[in-house]
Amino acid sequence: MTASDPMAEIRASFFVECEELLEALQDGLHALETGTDDGDAIHVIFRAVHSIKGGAGAFGLDHMVTFSHRYETVLDAVRDARLAVTTDLLGLFFRAADHLSDIVRAAREDEDFPVATSAALLSELDAHAADPQPADQPQEPDFAPVALSLDLLNDPETKNETALNRYQIYFTPEPELFETANDVPHIFAALAELGDLTVKCDTNRVPTLNQLAPEAVYLSWALSLDTIVDEAEVASIFEFVDGLCELQILPGPTTSVADEADTSAEPGKSNASSAPLSEPEASAPPRDTKNKTFVRVDIERVERLVNLVGELVINQAMLSQSMQSAGLSPHSDAMNGLEEFQRLTRDIQDSVMMIRAQPVKSLFQRMSRIVREASASVSKDVRLITDGETTEVDKTVIERLADPLTHMIRNAVDHGIEPAHARVENGKPAQGAIHLRASHRSGRVIIDVSDDGGGIDRARVFQTAKDKELVSADANLSDADIDNLLFLPGFSTASSVSDLSGRGVGMDVVRTAIHALGGRITISSEPGQGTLFSISLPLTLAVLDGMVVDVAGETLVLPLSVVSETLTLTKANVEALGPGRSVVRNRGAFLPLLDLGSVLGYRTISDSFVDRIALVLTLEDEVSIALVVDEIQDQRQVVIKGLDDSFYRAPGIAAATILGDGQIALILDPADIVAHANAGGAISSTYHVQEARA
Amino acid sequence: MSLEILAVDDSRTMRDMIRLALEPVGFTVHTADDGVHGTEVLADLNPDVIITDINMPRLDGFGFIDAVRNGSDHKTTPILVLTTEAAPEMKMRARSAGATGWIVKPFDPTKLVKALQMVAG
Repeated sequence: MTASDPMAEIRASFFVECEELLEALQDGLHALETGTDDGDAIHVIFRAVHSIKGGAGAFGLDHMVTFSHRYETVLDAVRDARLAVTTDLLGLFFRAADHLSDIVRAAREDEDFPVATSAALLSELDAHAADPQPADQPQEPDFAPVALSLDLLNDPETKNETALNRYQIYFTPEPELFETANDVPHIFAALAELGDLTVKCDTNRVPTLNQLAPEAVYLSWALSLDTIVDEAEVASIFEFVDGLCELQILPGPTTSVADEADTSAEPGKSNASSAPLSEPEASAPPRDTKNKTFVRVDIERVERLVNLVGELVINQAMLSQSMQSAGLSPHSDAMNGLEEFQRLTRDIQDSVMMIRAQPVKSLFQRMSRIVREASASVSKDVRLITDGETTEVDKTVIERLADPLTHMIRNAVDHGIEPAHARVENGKPAQGAIHLRASHRSGRVIIDVSDDGGGIDRARVFQTAKDKELVSADANLSDADIDNLLFLPGFSTASSVSDLSGRGVGMDVVRTAIHALGGRITISSEPGQGTLFSISLPLTLAVLDGMVVDVAGETLVLPLSVVSETLTLTKANVEALGPGRSVVRNRGAFLPLLDLGSVLGYRTISDSFVDRIALVLTLEDEVSIALVVDEIQDQRQVVIKGLDDSFYRAPGIAAATILGDGQIALILDPADIVAHANAGGAISSTYHVQEARA
Repeated sequence: MSLEILAVDDSRTMRDMIRLALEPVGFTVHTADDGVHGTEVLADLNPDVIITDINMPRLDGFGFIDAVRNGSDHKTTPILVLTTEAAPEMKMRARSAGATGWIVKPFDPTKLVKALQMVAG
């Protein structure tokens, strides 16, 4: 821990807490909206806004305090059943929650607030407040933010010797004073700190012992205080007991101060004993073991752990390789131990990855806001239905998914969902629906974005592609091919470009972003029924199950997830279609054969593939091909080392890794390889992959 | 004077701030996340002063004060309410529940220390 400024640390943790509170706020509003409220939602919502206000006040975030205070005022009216929740009010609550999260973010980033939006929302909120503030009055009479200074060492009262004031104080406690655990000597001690105090106790009303009622109060005091502070400060000592005693504070000197001053005033027959002896060695309070406890950890520490585990995986591969080359029997103790070591390494790695895993919930909540804003801006009624919010994915993946998802959701609202009248004509509900689903499938996470809109207008897409000369006029494309045209850079079917999005505009960007995460995006559409975008992502960006192959003397790694089987090519199953073009018969289908060595430019294409080895790759969009390699080395976990931008971004290369013998191998992006091979020899023999020698 | 404090607040930020204000002056600070947790902690603790928030899940500040005052062990332990509301009704409500005093959020650390010392004697 390098930070030494405790306030900065608390401030940072306040913003973390804000994120949690904003999430709880969204959950609560969502429960109100969907009617799944168990009665607690409004309290949760209120507390979330209230807590944000409390923390914001401590850090002098005035704007946040003002906004949350007036938001809270309306929530309070709902909480006290003075105000009924209507659809309109709920909409306002959602917008206010969105705005509050903007304010929090702006405060965290030290940015300016969208003040105009604030003002508009505040006047809307005030309109709902039971007791609206007149516009020209100060808006939060009972809550003035005071920036907190933790300056404990310097006594704020710098003792400027000014004229001494003398106060006469007459004080008679009532029994209730003691019932609230206030006590007289404590008050006098506090007074004594303000200056010179003389205390005289009046014991005249004390009865004889047999008449003494234990809970009655018989004493009163006359005090004289010489001090530099003003009367208000003297009165503030009695603030807690105001109304629980008879009190008179008279300024000015007087002669009636008793000589027999008794500064150690008798506590009288107070039934409130003084504070119990403290137990400095008392053990920490036992935690509720039923509650989960959490540790907050700096992300840098986790990153370091991830890197170390990466090194461990590499090291284990090195060990395994050198033991094999030492010719140890696979049944030797050392080899058995190595197997156990491998298992443990994998367990550690899984556990470390779990530390970084987060539910996609926060991401999905952001998307519900996108739907609200997007649908409002194009005047459509669209709701977002989410599913699988608890699905966990690596934090980095979640962060980098936000932009592509936002784009897709906007697209769906703007172009996927038809206008209400068109929906009704087609027998659909006027309100459009967008589904956002997350799930785990065979070691990957699948995120589906679907809408129940009109589907892709394929005729128009095809026509647009022809007009833009993206496909030849006589091309014969399948429906799936046409849908995939949407991913071409610069493609748009929008006849008029809306300010929100154009379906197609930017879909190439979405796809690039997904690819950068090692993911795939596929599209399917049913005319009149809607469109589904499906994203498949690796759970983590750090480690990959790979197949290590040799091609033209180079060692390369393919993600194991795409390899469905391996084939040995024979005369019987290979058909040559033309120079350099062959297919292999496999399970009743013909798969195109691609020579990896020539695709990557290591060598010219071979004439014959017979007796060579091929890997059948099944890619996300159901494309299968057979990739010819020279040799299969191993299946193993590899640690992904990203290639930074100083390397040429070579098509077909995703990243690099370090092998057990210290050699660097490139990790391939199979879909990219296939795409480039299909693009008609874009990867030619003149093309050379730069080797990453990191 | 070193005091042992129990601070009950559902906001982690606020608990951290209380800790930051009180530990440097030598106080021992225990915390609880809400009223229910606070009563659980009190079963094994004998603090000099209790500080409590009002708006909390499960058991709010009023309920918590009530539980402390109706229990047998802490009837006379001073309780300070830490609140964002300075309205007189709130003070009256806190007092009738049995609170010793109140501090308005955001609190000034020096004043908090003074208030604690005053009620604890």
